[in-house]
Amino acid sequence: MNIALAGNQNCGKTTLFNQLTGSNQHVGNFPGVTVDKKEGVVRGRKGMTVVDLPGIYSLSPYSSEEIVTRDYLIREHPDAIINIVDAGNIERNLYLSLQLLNLDIPMVIALNMMDEVRANGGTIKTVEMSKALGVPVVPISASSNEGIGELIEKIQYVASRRIKPVHVDFCGGAVHRTIHSITHLIEDHAQAIGAAPKFAATKLAEGDTLMLESLHVSENEAETIEHTIVEMEAETGTDRKAAIADMRYAFIEKLSHATVVKPAESRQHKQSVAIDRILTGKYTAIPVFLLIMALVFWLTFGVIGSFLSDLMGTGVEFVTQTVTNALLSSGANPVIISLVSDGILAGVGSVLSFLPTIITLFLFLSLLEDSGYMARVAFVMDKLLRKIGLSGKSFVPMLIGFGCSVPAIMSTRTLTSERDRRMTIFLVPFMSCSAKLPIYAMFTMAFFPKHSALVMIILYITGMALGILTGLILNKTAYKGHPVPFVMELPNYRLPSPKTVVLLLWDKTKDFLQRAFTLIFVASLVIWFLNTFGPGLNTVTNSDDSMLAGIGKVIAPVFAPLGFGDWRASTALITGLAAKEAVISTLAVLTGSGSAGLVTTLSEIFTPLSAFSFLIFTLLYTPCVAAIGAYRNEMKSTRAAVVMVFFQIAVAWVAAFIVYQVGLLIIH
Amino acid sequence: MKLCDLEVGTQAKILAVNGQGALRDRLLDMGLTPRTKIMIRKTAPMGDPIQLSLRNYELTLRLDDARNIDVEQVEVI
Repeated sequence: MNIALAGNQNCGKTTLFNQLTGSNQHVGNFPGVTVDKKEGVVRGRKGMTVVDLPGIYSLSPYSSEEIVTRDYLIREHPDAIINIVDAGNIERNLYLSLQLLNLDIPMVIALNMMDEVRANGGTIKTVEMSKALGVPVVPISASSNEGIGELIEKIQYVASRRIKPVHVDFCGGAVHRTIHSITHLIEDHAQAIGAAPKFAATKLAEGDTLMLESLHVSENEAETIEHTIVEMEAETGTDRKAAIADMRYAFIEKLSHATVVKPAESRQHKQSVAIDRILTGKYTAIPVFLLIMALVFWLTFGVIGSFLSDLMGTGVEFVTQTVTNALLSSGANPVIISLVSDGILAGVGSVLSFLPTIITLFLFLSLLEDSGYMARVAFVMDKLLRKIGLSGKSFVPMLIGFGCSVPAIMSTRTLTSERDRRMTIFLVPFMSCSAKLPIYAMFTMAFFPKHSALVMIILYITGMALGILTGLILNKTAYKGHPVPFVMELPNYRLPSPKTVVLLLWDKTKDFLQRAFTLIFVASLVIWFLNTFGPGLNTVTNSDDSMLAGIGKVIAPVFAPLGFGDWRASTALITGLAAKEAVISTLAVLTGSGSAGLVTTLSEIFTPLSAFSFLIFTLLYTPCVAAIGAYRNEMKSTRAAVVMVFFQIAVAWVAAFIVYQVGLLIIH
Repeated sequence: MKLCDLEVGTQAKILAVNGQGALRDRLLDMGLTPRTKIMIRKTAPMGDPIQLSLRNYELTLRLDDARNIDVEQVEVI
């Protein structure tokens, strides 16, 4: 038995899904799109799976996520629909319900957040509402696990007996007559393509040309339909789309007047408006935003994250030591020992030590997202981002990019438009990630000790400026197209349930571990292999003779025009692909100076100008394998990832070239 | 009168939603249908977008898009 869970955004859908399934869920993909498909078995009901569909406001979809929901409901023929409705926001929520009822699929309405309605002194006459809508209505409170048992009973009942919604006419007059006569006319056509006649008829009455095409009606019938609709427009004095929307809302207003008792304005709503006086206030919004983000970054990278990362690092080190010692004492081949400890454990381990930071960052971000604050950030920042053709919703991923590109790229899933998403992912790496900070620190210490802060600020600003420039260009070229309307709900502030947060973090951890043990595992092996063996597949004692150094020497001339044609610099850039921190450690190894002496030995390879050019290159060139992997995952395309890699190398090369050559001109 | 011309704090009734395509569909779907009462809650710190209160919830849209909506101011007694 397959149950679809559908509802508006911000109505507690994920919370209900978690209550229904517990941890008994897995994430897959809807065919052909990047939208996650969360599925799970209902607790205690083997054979009853529920799919968490992306939130929608109507069956006329706008974003790729919404199209997924519509297509799933129409094409996959679920056995039943649980339509979750926010009882505190009932008018707009029921608008979707009325459309779902037309689908002729067994359905139960779950009236969520009833606890809040009751706390505000209100009630909803669910029996009357159920009669008026022709489907069972179950009051629940997903966050406190109320009414879930009854909901499961009801959905099982309607699904197993295939009890379709009782036909209710939502309207009288012209709209009713139009839909009625169109239904009559197209009934056979609709059944032939497996569509619900009333749904198809309502779509036609709205003027949906795609539906008209897919029904294969004759020319005569099409004319009759058009004629009926034109008559309806004349009689209602408005156009078809507005007439239907108006009809639905008029019915809902009447229904909620009869069934919803609301003595006072909702306390949650009042509270939210009060909180927004500060969080989106004219003078306070931006300072508070900066403060919140600073706090999140400080806690993530400074306090909690670094503490956990150190702990993880110690753990990884301990495992590495233990394994290496065990191998040594067992008298294993030194190459094998090196493979395990320098290759696998060092590579995967260095990435694993990022895990706590990333999870901590995600914890804060999900708190900000689920509480409703991210919608406010989008509201406040929209005007700024619109200049490069994006909406306010893209602001948050870019911000996270300053921490780490990987979670930043992953967080673009919340964006509603596929175009905005792709473009945002493309721009994220321009925000200099925190792993590059050690490189900047080392180089500024060596070459610009008096102006280190200034140099760093210049680097960050250069990244952002080139990001904006790229955005402007993309907006006019590759990602030209239809910006999605920025019409967004600002939901009431709400504390996310611990269960939802925990499950989300677990999800992210699994995601990350999976990547660490596949992609990064392989990448570490490759780099270890190149660094350990010489061109004749002989093991080398000095990394000077390794294949990695060989490759570094081959590509070194490419960097000569940028001022750092030394092979050690180019080799460091290659290992930087594994993780940006490796740039420094590689330079330390190759110059034979150790990280302490690196400040002095760097001047053997670089001049201040070429050092700056090197920093510019580091800032802009391809991010680490983890980021490339995330990019590939999100774009669902290896080709896109390859294009991205070369694009970034090209940008970095050109920028560093300009810096170096112009710098030379100025000096001479 | 256009929705974008209303001052913060004023209440109004929607007369018609003009324009076309996805944007208009979205506005209608979100409940901006004729005769709906709305209130201009605020504008974003940079002056755009705006925040409306309607049907017991808060909605934001851009000034450019608000130009498509005809309204009639409601006198508050």
